[in-house]
Amino acid sequence: MSIYTEPIRQTPAPTARPTVRVKPVMPEHHYLNSPKGIMSWIYTVDHKRIGLMYFFAIMMFFTIGGIFALLLRTELLHPERDFMTARTYNQFFTLHGAIMVFLFIIPSIPAALGNFVLPLMIGAKDVAFPKLNLASWYVYVVGSLFAVFSIVTGGVETGWTFYTPYSTTTNGSVISMTLGVFILGFSSIFTGINFIVTVHKLRAPGMTFFKMPLMVWALYATAIIQVLATPVLGITMVLLILERALGIGIFDPAMGGDPVLYQHFFWFYSHPAVYIMILPGMGIISELISAMSHKKIFGYTPIAYSSLGIALISFLVWGHHMFTSGQSELSATIFSFLTFLVGIPSGIKVFNWMATLYKGSISFAAPMLYTLTFMFTFTIGGLTGIFLGALSVDIHLHDTYFVVAHFHYVMMGGTVMAFLGGIHYWWPKIWGRMYDEFWAKIACAFVFVGFNMTFFTQFILGSKGMPRRYYSYLDQYQPLHGFSSIGSYILGLGFVVMAVYLIHSIRNGKIAGKNPWGALTLEWTISSPPPTHNFDETPKLIYGAYDYDRVMTDGENITFKDVTTVSNGDDHNGNGHNGNGSKRAKIEN
Amino acid sequence: MNPNGTLFMPPQASTSAADVDGLFYFIYYASILFFLLVVGVSGYFAYVYRRQGAPKFTSGIAHNVQLEFTWTVIPTMLVFLVFVWGFGSYLNNSVAPKDALQIKVTGQKWFWAFDYPGGSNSVDTLVVPAGKPVQLTMSSTDVIHSFYVPDFRMKQDVVPNRYSLLWFEAPNEGVYTLFCTEYCGAVTDTTEATWKADGQAKSANKFKQKGHFNMGGVVKVVSTRQYEAFLESSNKMGEGISLEVYGEQLYNSKQCATCHSVNGSAGNGPTWKGIYGRQEKISDGTSVKADDNYIRESILEPGAKVVAGYQNIMPTYQGQLKDKQIDAIIAYMKTIK
Repeated sequence: MSIYTEPIRQTPAPTARPTVRVKPVMPEHHYLNSPKGIMSWIYTVDHKRIGLMYFFAIMMFFTIGGIFALLLRTELLHPERDFMTARTYNQFFTLHGAIMVFLFIIPSIPAALGNFVLPLMIGAKDVAFPKLNLASWYVYVVGSLFAVFSIVTGGVETGWTFYTPYSTTTNGSVISMTLGVFILGFSSIFTGINFIVTVHKLRAPGMTFFKMPLMVWALYATAIIQVLATPVLGITMVLLILERALGIGIFDPAMGGDPVLYQHFFWFYSHPAVYIMILPGMGIISELISAMSHKKIFGYTPIAYSSLGIALISFLVWGHHMFTSGQSELSATIFSFLTFLVGIPSGIKVFNWMATLYKGSISFAAPMLYTLTFMFTFTIGGLTGIFLGALSVDIHLHDTYFVVAHFHYVMMGGTVMAFLGGIHYWWPKIWGRMYDEFWAKIACAFVFVGFNMTFFTQFILGSKGMPRRYYSYLDQYQPLHGFSSIGSYILGLGFVVMAVYLIHSIRNGKIAGKNPWGALTLEWTISSPPPTHNFDETPKLIYGAYDYDRVMTDGENITFKDVTTVSNGDDHNGNGHNGNGSKRAKIEN
Repeated sequence: MNPNGTLFMPPQASTSAADVDGLFYFIYYASILFFLLVVGVSGYFAYVYRRQGAPKFTSGIAHNVQLEFTWTVIPTMLVFLVFVWGFGSYLNNSVAPKDALQIKVTGQKWFWAFDYPGGSNSVDTLVVPAGKPVQLTMSSTDVIHSFYVPDFRMKQDVVPNRYSLLWFEAPNEGVYTLFCTEYCGAVTDTTEATWKADGQAKSANKFKQKGHFNMGGVVKVVSTRQYEAFLESSNKMGEGISLEVYGEQLYNSKQCATCHSVNGSAGNGPTWKGIYGRQEKISDGTSVKADDNYIRESILEPGAKVVAGYQNIMPTYQGQLKDKQIDAIIAYMKTIK
């Protein structure tokens, strides 16, 4: 049911119909150039600049982690020693995991992209606590320095999971690495608190919860997990440090402690953390699939609720990492059951995205290519999770390459593909300029082919029995390992190409204009790059975030499908709570 | 039972393998179906509804109760089925038959030790009779390890200060690979020094490293008669040969060779060349003569007096070596000049 007809001016319709395409120009003042000077960046409280600073920091660590991965794959070309010792190899896979998880993927979407787009999408001038936002970046930098310090001073070879008693007895800079993780946790908590309050308090007038873009829902669900789960990781890391430094004995069997308790503590955070990583990715996909196919999102409400559902159930499934650890059969059974429950909401999302494509007007620009890649790889990642949730099958597959392949399909095939899609989608908004579409397609093809070559192979390796974290292996696994390594080079090449055209576009790209995709969320109603204070006046909603059935806009002109019938409602479901009947949007200047 | 394995699965060599594989392939084919559905339908829509020319208004369709109900309920029923199936076979694999043969397993960095009923033992080679259920009672002396035989579809973590149980029945004779699947580290830096110091060890193959990645061995499934013969010969080991020769056998079979060389090259532990009677510097600054009692103490309580420059990483052999075997090792040491 349409709520109001008032905002539909009669004037724009006739004049705007024969849309005159004005050549887009860069705005004179925007957040990148005003205020000017290095100090204005160091002390900035602008969420867009902080998002950008996060982006550069995480991309640096993504590069380092990626180089480690390529070195590992190179060593694994042959079972014999290629160029590093077993101990070096152990350090590299530990650092690859720790860097990618704690320094890249957890902050990647929420802190970098989320920081940039969340206030824009809800029509706010900034996040609720801009200084806390800046503090979270500096805390991130301090935490990452501890991690770097530990790399320089002897490295860590415990695996990114820091399992006791190995981590409390081995050499290396375990304490500075875990202290780094402890500090990074605070950065994550700060971002989470900020986002929760922002979503609750700073939405534009008229934007109810069920009119929010799904990206906002996803970031909101993520923030809840960040705030509730991360403290447990902090406590666990402190206990580990105390154990190592003072020998308090809580995880030490020789002193009556329990090493398996550590695993419970660790996964109590780290399983929900998996959803800190993937939920925002799902949010991006919900935006992209609707915007790039100019089609109302299918099943807005189920997608929104499934984000919350995933967030809640994610706290109850940690024990599925420990089916072989010796926990009781009863706990294993309960955890297995709950694990299947958490799979259902993810499945619902995938079906809804699939249905969104139906009767759309689908563009194959780079963001959509990554969205389709996500649909392909994340589906594989999700389905292979079923194997690992089934108790008896997991006993066979646990700690093999099957698990490695599974979480790379979810984390890289899911989160990173969504992240790349998001970068390509919001890139023109961030910089005001467009990257080269041709090279974007080439890079996406390399990433797609390389990724699947690298990791699909590892499913077979794993189910054939190849254990993970092995420096060397039996000859029978060599062909698959070799194939996987070659795939990783293709994947790496894709990223190199991407880095080149993206960096090139910052100065030389075509000027993008306000809304190159014709998308309907609020960030596309302001200039690109956005003004320092985002919106010149409080935005007013005149169309829904996904009303592609009745609104078209290029940022300058808005065309409504049928102005006179709007008030009668072309509302198909009639529930009026998902942005259907609600019109929103654009500020009049 | 499939002795050759399939594209995804290794050969089946235990009574529970077929059931695990059955569930694996059930999920596999269901997954392929769903994958083709999602990718096929998405790809079809993407092609049919590709944008041609300028963007246009699209359909406002955003709900379909029947469809949404279907794609929620069918997957839920399927995963519930998978849960029940996986749970059932998990329980079967958890409860050992009453008459199972009992073997004690000890995981240590980086080898497996097995103690059989009647006092026999072996290292890195588990010998079991075919067609009889075997229950392993496992523990670790240092960090967490995990006992994994892919062909049996069996895995169980091995934790210090705690017993974990695992049982299997292997119907056919054969030799099956055993892995450690809980990460447990690798050689210490001293061995890297060896590699640099040892000029000949240029070839990667000769580069001896020890760690998680090669903490493995084999499970030998033999006939009952061969199994009994093995127990007997294991008990009789050392009979009819000189103490020195027996000591040399133990040097290799008990994994002393992992860390101690006999040719003077460095390793994780001091070389045995000329060790007997040598004056050793201890890490606390004192020195001690490597006589019979010191060597015996170092085998049973390795942490008591660690030679300076080495880490305290040797596992204890308490309960794993009989007195006669320790005598034999000392006798062998005396011969390495």
